[in-house]
Amino acid sequence: MKSLGSIRRDFAPWNDPNAKPYIQFDKVTKKFGDFTAVNNLSLTIFEREFFALLGASGCGKSTLLRMLAGFEEPSAGRILLDGQDLRGIPPYKRPVNMMFQSYALFPHMTVEKNIAFGLKQEGMPGPDIEKRVAEMLKLVKLEQFAKRKPHQLSGGQRQRVALARSVAKRPKVLLLDEPLGALDKKLREETQFELMDLQQELGLTFVVVTHDQEEAMTMADRIAIMDKGEVMQVATPAEIYEAPASRFVAHFVGNVNMFEGKVAERSANTTRITGATGAQIVVDNGGAAAAGADIVFAIRPEKIKVSSKKPADAVNALEGEIYDVAYLGDMTVYHIKLDDGQIVRASALNASRITDDPLTWNDRAWVSFRPDAGVVLTR
Amino acid sequence: MNATWSRFNITSIVLGFAFLYLPIVLLIVFSFNESKLVTVWGGFSTKWYVSLFHNQGLMDATWVTARVGVISATVATVLGTLAAITLTRYTRFRGRLLFSGMVFAPLVMPEVITGLSLLLLFVAVGFDRGFFTVTLAHITFTMCFVAVVVQSRLVTFDRSLEEAAMDLGAPPVKTFFQITLPVILPAIISGWMLAFTLSLDDLVIASFTSGPGATTLPMKIYSQVRLGVTPEINAACTILIAVVAVGVIIASIANKRREIQRQLDEQAAQRG
Repeated sequence: MKSLGSIRRDFAPWNDPNAKPYIQFDKVTKKFGDFTAVNNLSLTIFEREFFALLGASGCGKSTLLRMLAGFEEPSAGRILLDGQDLRGIPPYKRPVNMMFQSYALFPHMTVEKNIAFGLKQEGMPGPDIEKRVAEMLKLVKLEQFAKRKPHQLSGGQRQRVALARSVAKRPKVLLLDEPLGALDKKLREETQFELMDLQQELGLTFVVVTHDQEEAMTMADRIAIMDKGEVMQVATPAEIYEAPASRFVAHFVGNVNMFEGKVAERSANTTRITGATGAQIVVDNGGAAAAGADIVFAIRPEKIKVSSKKPADAVNALEGEIYDVAYLGDMTVYHIKLDDGQIVRASALNASRITDDPLTWNDRAWVSFRPDAGVVLTR
Repeated sequence: MNATWSRFNITSIVLGFAFLYLPIVLLIVFSFNESKLVTVWGGFSTKWYVSLFHNQGLMDATWVTARVGVISATVATVLGTLAAITLTRYTRFRGRLLFSGMVFAPLVMPEVITGLSLLLLFVAVGFDRGFFTVTLAHITFTMCFVAVVVQSRLVTFDRSLEEAAMDLGAPPVKTFFQITLPVILPAIISGWMLAFTLSLDDLVIASFTSGPGATTLPMKIYSQVRLGVTPEINAACTILIAVVAVGVIIASIANKRREIQRQLDEQAAQRG
């Protein structure tokens, strides 16, 4: 049998032009009065995918999820699930289940009854329900809490009951609305991995809504970054981070340094950029930028090297002064004020306990990076 | 916080309680009076309680009051709950403000006006006044109290509970009976008890809308008192007070216990 890990590693239906889409948002618009929550949005999700909708609050990600669950109907456009148009199908007839942000556990029912609720609705025979409930309790490790009421459980336990209840019916798609939002940081990290394992084990399609980028990066196969009711980029976590499509995405996920500039020279594999303040930057891949275009060069802090002397072989090296140093234990973050006034953020992994090139406040320093370390953004 | 008992504190508490309860205490004490004269103490006796149970008029009135109370409280609870649901859920229909204002107007309407207007209506429609009209009148004026109690609970009701139930496959009607109703049931029960109590001690509206053969207990007591207070009436009132007091005490103890149990459970859950 293939290990769960290898299934996950080889899973990339979005690169396969013949793969059949499982969930399709087709030019979906949702308006609440004058407010447009979702604007002409198209999106494709594949079977067994762990898909994350990431965005700030009010970006329309929850509305998207609620339309999939059937609590809202799109004002325009279609939503297809496995080829079937979902328009007009009420929530209680859709083969999707949702885990609510507030968990929405029924306060007057025991854990057992909560989990059994959905199974009873579909008319499953009693003994089968008992078996399935026992299975679910085992899955979320709550066997000894079967007879408790929700208020007799801790936050983490409630979250697991909500999860068990929503997967008990074996839905085609599980929707998770900020599933870990109410948990503390440590529990959240543990639960992220539990959710991933569960998704692989049950072979379900997960669509999770979150505002926590770390959560999305950890769990999802692909992430859709949303802003003002529109999708800014859909890609794997690595692509989102290493090759953001726009300034918004680059800014939204992780830390980034941005250099405003113009493309001075463009050839197949070299692009020379003149910064707004005169700095020269050479990059391998200019993307869609044509010569003369106004662009932004974006580079992540950990891809910038800080040293006291100019590295001999560096293609890109800029001089400045250490402006701020933050020692975080596993790494050190430097803020360097370049001679042209721009402040650059660079982080260095503290791989050894003692560094032979210590840098501190007001030291002269060089920042350098390879020609393939950053991306050129035209949007 | 200053917890000392100053002379001023003690005096105000004694006066306050005396003001509230002295008349009731007097009434209870004189219900055990041997003498036929209400204001002269003639020794301890329970004979008025015995004779009370042989007073057919009073017993009939009690029975009428109980039936009117149960029926009107039940109907008022159903209607009041429906009104509360509509007013909290469907917040965008035309004339909602007017409608909610009209539902709650009887709360502040003088009883005399409610009673008189109902009387005029019953006469105009041609209903024979009696058990039926008193019950109808009580439904009308207690319904808004139920609506207020239930509405205050519904405002804090987490709608995602209903969404979760529907998401799990329960159609709206089933969701209402299996999720919404059980969760708001305590409020509905309080609403029923409030409606029942209001019906029990209403004199004004009952006097307007009742007819022969449907004399309620407050009406009976009032009419007898006009002929002179007898210790029998004192006994009847004492029993009424006892019933109400026992009900209130049981309800508050049960409530308190549940609250304490809940807190203990939650603390236990937090400990893990």
